[in-house]
Amino acid sequence: MKGIVMSLSLLGTKLGMTRVYNDDGVSVPVTVIALGPCVVTQVKTQDVDGYDAVQIGYGELKPRNSTMPIIGHDAKANTAPKRHHREFKPAESKMELPAFELGQTLDVSMFEKCAFVDVIGTSKGKGYQGGMKRHNFGGQPATHGTERKHRSPGSIAAHATNRGTGPKPKKGKRMAGHMGDERVTVRSLSVVKIDKEQGLILVKGPVPGADMGLVEVREGRRLYKSKGVKQKEALGA
Amino acid sequence: MNRQAIIEGINKDQLKNDVPRMDIGDTINVHCRIVEGDKERIQVFQGVLISRRGRGINEMIMVRRIVADSGVERTFPLNSPRIAKYEVVRRADARRAKLYFLRDRQGKSRRLRDRRRGMKHVEGMSTVS
Repeated sequence: MKGIVMSLSLLGTKLGMTRVYNDDGVSVPVTVIALGPCVVTQVKTQDVDGYDAVQIGYGELKPRNSTMPIIGHDAKANTAPKRHHREFKPAESKMELPAFELGQTLDVSMFEKCAFVDVIGTSKGKGYQGGMKRHNFGGQPATHGTERKHRSPGSIAAHATNRGTGPKPKKGKRMAGHMGDERVTVRSLSVVKIDKEQGLILVKGPVPGADMGLVEVREGRRLYKSKGVKQKEALGA
Repeated sequence: MNRQAIIEGINKDQLKNDVPRMDIGDTINVHCRIVEGDKERIQVFQGVLISRRGRGINEMIMVRRIVADSGVERTFPLNSPRIAKYEVVRRADARRAKLYFLRDRQGKSRRLRDRRRGMKHVEGMSTVS
């Protein structure tokens, strides 16, 4: 696996939000994430598996709550069974990443030089919601003769719109439906502080999901220009 | 460790431990650090403490004073490093936790009753009969 640059996320738990005063005395809202330690549970190679990837595991789990296949799989990496597993493929990365070996432990110090990270989580479920809450529709007028349809989405256009002919509206038409409880990525959050002892990372601003929810943290990608420059400087690239 | 203990551990270092006892109704001096360019100076805001809300790192205090016959209220984060120190100038008697009624008061009725009476039981506090 040596020499291959991986774009890797670490798994962690969102602990909650608080505030931190920076050197200028400005209050910065931060989310505290307990990140890692993650264990490399499998290294996939072109020869054996047909593609290159690295699989990591995170989270304590009592063996009796796990399954034999998982216990056996993680035992190969010489570790107790993990609750969550994720696989990452090679991609371009500016971060210096270690060569991956089976059973290796990855922790928050990986992000020490990162100025910006992306955080991925599962947003809070909102249930079945109407167009106004789900898609920021305007609704109908409160008065001027509107009756019993103040929050309705209004017209959804003709059935054939943009689809040739057919009996149904276009796929992806914005309507009422289930909202939240989906994978959400927030990009380019500043790293405010890293606590290696406790394995904590503090990022500026909110991240998706409830407290104690599973989150993925990776190096910031698709940074806009000024952030990109700062990230490069921080990584020394 | 549980999640609350970890977050409180992060906050712990930022909490001030030299905040004097300040009760609602007290007149206090808030010494603010003002940074102009690379120079720093202290500005004192004196007024009546009319509200305290929040806990720990999130605690806010609201101070009301009268400037040129109009009320000015400022809200400070209690633990902000931009505040150099607090001083209690005068202690007063307040029977409620939020003194928003002072906003409607004019003239002498703005004043609060001095609370130095009957404070013998509080250590270090001067009393008048």
